[in-house]
Amino acid sequence: MSNVEIGMGQPNAALAEAERRARADRAKKAKRVESLKLNLYRVLLIGGFLLLWEFASGRLIAPFFISAPSAIFRRLYGWIASGDIFFHMGITATEALSGLLLGSVIGIVVGTILGMRPFLARLLDPIITTFYSLPKVALAPLFILWIGIGIDMKITFTAAIVFFLVFLNTYTGVRNVSRELISILYLMGANEMQVLRRVVLPSAITWVFAGLRISVPYSLIGAIVGELMASNKGLGALLVRAQGEFDTAGVFAALVAIMALAVIFNMAVRRLERKLMPWKQAEQDQQAAV
Amino acid sequence: MSIQMSGTKPKAVTGSLISFENVSKTFELADRSVAAVENVSLNIKRGEFVVLVGPSGCGKSTLLNMTAGLFLPTSGRVFYDGTLVTGYNLKTGYMTQNDHLLPWRDVVGNISTPLEIRGMARGERHDRVAHLIELVGLVGFEKSYPSQLSGGMRKRTALARLLAYDPETLLLDEPFAALDAQLRLNMQIELLRISRSLNKTILFVTHDLDEAVALSDRAVVFTARPGRIRQISDTPLPRQRDLAGLRRDPAYTRMTAELWDLIMPTLNETRGEAS
Ligand SMILES: Nc1ncnc2c1ncn2[C@@H]1O[C@H](COP(=O)(O)OP(=O)(O)O)[C@@H](O)[C@H]1O
Ligand SMILES: [Mg+2]
Repeated sequence: MSNVEIGMGQPNAALAEAERRARADRAKKAKRVESLKLNLYRVLLIGGFLLLWEFASGRLIAPFFISAPSAIFRRLYGWIASGDIFFHMGITATEALSGLLLGSVIGIVVGTILGMRPFLARLLDPIITTFYSLPKVALAPLFILWIGIGIDMKITFTAAIVFFLVFLNTYTGVRNVSRELISILYLMGANEMQVLRRVVLPSAITWVFAGLRISVPYSLIGAIVGELMASNKGLGALLVRAQGEFDTAGVFAALVAIMALAVIFNMAVRRLERKLMPWKQAEQDQQAAV
Repeated sequence: MSIQMSGTKPKAVTGSLISFENVSKTFELADRSVAAVENVSLNIKRGEFVVLVGPSGCGKSTLLNMTAGLFLPTSGRVFYDGTLVTGYNLKTGYMTQNDHLLPWRDVVGNISTPLEIRGMARGERHDRVAHLIELVGLVGFEKSYPSQLSGGMRKRTALARLLAYDPETLLLDEPFAALDAQLRLNMQIELLRISRSLNKTILFVTHDLDEAVALSDRAVVFTARPGRIRQISDTPLPRQRDLAGLRRDPAYTRMTAELWDLIMPTLNETRGEAS
């Protein structure tokens, strides 16, 4: 790597560019090898665990408690073949996603308004803190009374959970916006909406996404807890049914489906994050290349 | 106030555009108060290029902040074009000491920002930004984010952004500090050309005494904190000057030497204070 400096010192721009590209390629390749290695170890680890589980089942621990990977996969396969699993996953995903959207949109709007109006924030602070400390699960019975046991109940319930997470993060983000940047924009003659769009929101979006990332598992909690309490559709209902039939493999299979949903949600949020914050990507690449 | 606005001619070319009238600023911190500037009186005419020099921490940036209306003096008054400055002074464009670019916008986006705010049409904006990028030598970096630029490139982006919206008065706080000699000379020539051809009023802060003499119509020298005006020197150079050839100009060398002699004791003072 000692030739890097020589390359930089050369007046020939094309050469320097080629050098830079070669360096970037090398860095990228090293990264690929690293991630390949990580993935290999992961497969080994999980594979080993599954083998151990399969072996222990019936030999060390009764299948009633832990079932067996093979039985779980068979159950899953059955659900997939019949299409059942997609129906239930679709219901749960709809509830979680709608709740996530609704809760985060309201959270972002309220968080931004309170962040920009410190007086309002101080006024509402005790109320918000009180509601924040309330375990949201305790609100479920109230929602059932108000809205019934349909899909809209689970959406409202999920939204209520997500709202606080996104709201608090957005609020913090808006409060942390650089005041100098805001001044610079006002000096250019900007109005409040222009400052909001060009400075406050882009600056707070990092925080918003931090809130969204925590919200993903909570949105699934909302949907599934709702289903556990009152429903005959969705993965939560599937879970309850399998448990009622003492079908341990079914319980585990439902859990696997929930995990799959969580993974998909996380990936979607991460992809959205990359798309909406290209400059973050640039900052990360920057660090990798140094 | 000496300026009286009368009749239908509100903006006289003569008289001061910017006036500091016995301006003092003290920052109240949690545990102590810091007197940044003390009793500064200064009148700056329209079209004038005034350079502020003085030891670090003597309140040069503070004076610019008050001209931009970011905060008010503790005592005394700042007037702009005959009006008391009480809030954001939209006639000024400010290139702050830290460049304060928008991290989430690339070079083009940053330079476009003031034009968008003004509501300039996309096509016109595009042309203007392209021209400015060429002017400050950032061709090829249009799509780079500030985090991907060097310090000097960020300064140039900030300068292009400032020139983009063409304010009446430019407040420049050590704008060329991070540039190499060649680039700095180019930027100085460009700035001087703009100031003359568009009759801009410029308040310019620098640490570099050579730069102070080369650019200024007048140089204001401050004492160490709390900053007081120590001396105001008229620069003995013609308004149209050849920056590249200044080194051989005896008037230029003489004034730089004078400023050195003036500043050196203050430097020793601050050093003595620190140890
Ligand atoms: N916004 C502020 N709040 C508190 N103290 C400040 C602020 N701005 C400047 N100061 C203090 O005022 C003094 C002068 O600062 P500044 O105007 O930045 O000096 P200069 O630009 O000449 O180096 C310094 O001691 C600095 O710490
Ligand atoms: Mg300063």
